[in-house]
Amino acid sequence: MTDDSAIRIALVVPDLLGTYGDRGNALVLAQRLRWRGYRAEIVTVLSSAETLPDSCDIYLLGGGEDVAQQAAVNFLARGDGLRRAVNAGAVVLGVCGGLQVLGTSFTTGDGATHHGLGLIDISTEPGPNRAIGELSTRSEEHGLGLLTGFENHLGRSTVGPAARPLGRVLHGIGNGSEDTEGAVSGRVVCTYLHGPALARNPALADTMLSWAVGEPLSELAPFPELTELRTERARAAG
Amino acid sequence: MTNTTRRSERSEPTGQSQQDAPSAPDPGQRWRVVSARRARRADVLSRLRTGTALAAGRLATTTSRSLRLGSGGIIGGRVALALQPDLLTRLVVDKRIVVITGTNGKTTTTHMVAQALRAGGASVSNATGANMLDGHVAALMAEPRAPYASLEVDELHLAQLTDRFQPSVILLLNLSRDQLDRVGEIRSVEASLRRALRQAPGARVVANADDPNIVSVAADHPHVTWVSGGCRWKHDALNCPRCGAFLGELDGAWECVCGLRRPNADWTVDAGGLTAPDGTSERLSLPLPGQVNRVNATFALAAAAALDIPRTEALDRIRRLRDASGRYEHTTMAGHDVRLLLAKNPASWLEMLDLVAENDRPLILVVNSRQADGHDVSWLWDIEFERLVGRKVVVTGERALDLAVRLRYAEVNCEIATNVQRALHSATIGDSADSVEIIANYTAFRDLFAKRQQH
Ligand SMILES: [Zn+2]
Repeated sequence: MTDDSAIRIALVVPDLLGTYGDRGNALVLAQRLRWRGYRAEIVTVLSSAETLPDSCDIYLLGGGEDVAQQAAVNFLARGDGLRRAVNAGAVVLGVCGGLQVLGTSFTTGDGATHHGLGLIDISTEPGPNRAIGELSTRSEEHGLGLLTGFENHLGRSTVGPAARPLGRVLHGIGNGSEDTEGAVSGRVVCTYLHGPALARNPALADTMLSWAVGEPLSELAPFPELTELRTERARAAG
Repeated sequence: MTNTTRRSERSEPTGQSQQDAPSAPDPGQRWRVVSARRARRADVLSRLRTGTALAAGRLATTTSRSLRLGSGGIIGGRVALALQPDLLTRLVVDKRIVVITGTNGKTTTTHMVAQALRAGGASVSNATGANMLDGHVAALMAEPRAPYASLEVDELHLAQLTDRFQPSVILLLNLSRDQLDRVGEIRSVEASLRRALRQAPGARVVANADDPNIVSVAADHPHVTWVSGGCRWKHDALNCPRCGAFLGELDGAWECVCGLRRPNADWTVDAGGLTAPDGTSERLSLPLPGQVNRVNATFALAAAAALDIPRTEALDRIRRLRDASGRYEHTTMAGHDVRLLLAKNPASWLEMLDLVAENDRPLILVVNSRQADGHDVSWLWDIEFERLVGRKVVVTGERALDLAVRLRYAEVNCEIATNVQRALHSATIGDSADSVEIIANYTAFRDLFAKRQQH
């Protein structure tokens, strides 16, 4: 059953890309819509589906292990629904492994280089060690400012000329090339702030939602525990 | 008694892969030629060394205890191991040893197995949670003549153990995501356990038939007894652990294109009761709550059966357990009757939320993020806290704010307290005469348990 007036949020192959609480981003987006009086629907697309539908407004890709990541690329390349959706203006968030899948290419721990979906100009190679810990960045993107989260990845990524970094690293590793973190291009956003990144970064959630809704959103009263959490985590990051 | 060393001892994942690597390239070669005289001398020396190691280990244990540094178990084990690295293999000679591993339920099941084995004779156990080699040595040293031992083993350390000796019985409870920022992902844990089983072809394996990750670990072993008690947490087994193909719903039988399939269960346990391999059924009521403990008890009964201990006597002893190192314990704090529940990952949170759903008592949720818990609390979003809507909830612990944000999105009202004592005196709970449920993650639970024991 689909609701025509609802904003449809696709949780893309969480059986493959869903290691770290990635479902949280769908919950955050849906709830922030509902609190503003919009209707929201979370559409879970498992890798057992034929193809990915191109009819959703927002697509969320989470993190996964190397093998799962390659399987996700294979699934998403089939039918090309994600590319059609992006060309039609859909919003996409790729987190951690999702960043690598959306990019142009990624080299896995075993040395093999794989094509990504090429939906954003970023490429990934394995780094010397896993980047694990609190990550905080400052974004030049309109209204975003401080972004905070946790990172856990081996890949080091380079943003190409057709995209711009999502933020500049204040603490942590991020992309691991210069001081960049993540990437943005059109309405495709990707980041190493892993798992429920939008839970700690409501401004990023609302930016994505206003793109999807097609109009500026009303302000939600900030809840004190979230403001406090962001301060606490920025302090923990040092 | 404290168990402070358990997880904090875990090495980083990078180090673990080296530790777990097969120790010798040629496992067939276990002998070498030595002249008879030298061999005898080596043996005498080695025996002397074992004696010295045991004595030194015991001394360290007593010293540690008298200085009130803790139970002394680990330090004693560590001292003895340093003096005689071969000690473990010597201590296990002529003993029937049951080892217990899996992501959740290890400590409780280890207690249950120790109880069940006492129906056959004296049994030792590391049920304090010291679940690596030094803890095992310490447990075995405590009573070297006991014919039985029940040993909890960390999932990534079973291979180290079976590299040294073959236990009589290996219990494989379950496998799900846990502390992802430090321990390897499930795939590598599964591979390590499979290697551990290859090193113990003579053991009797008792394995969870409903958990595809465990089925993958045990399926190739020659002596497996399968236990079925349902599978509540399904998110870590949506895809085949062997080939990655989608498995889908796990209720009932499943079969993968690669041939991996749910085996027929020898023991089955559900709300109605327990069915044993001989086809007999009986009710299974325990002081420890929930289906989760009925499953743990079934594993313990299967272990006892493998060692020819009569089921009635084993069950009778398992029924005497009212808590397991504080888990499920009823106690009094700040004038409230409280129940202590441990939940350290999404699968065990699901089980504990099932338990508290049976009543409407106020809840205190405690989440820390120390090394032993994992620094990353993203997993909070894998738990369906939406079930707590309408309930009285107070959150505390180092990551109380993350919990509060999670509950805000689940539309569960909560109060934030600076610690458990304050939570018990909070406006939400305050003077209510109700019993309170406390669900805490690993170090939070450990601290609560330690504090309670000081009273
Ligand atoms: Zn398969």
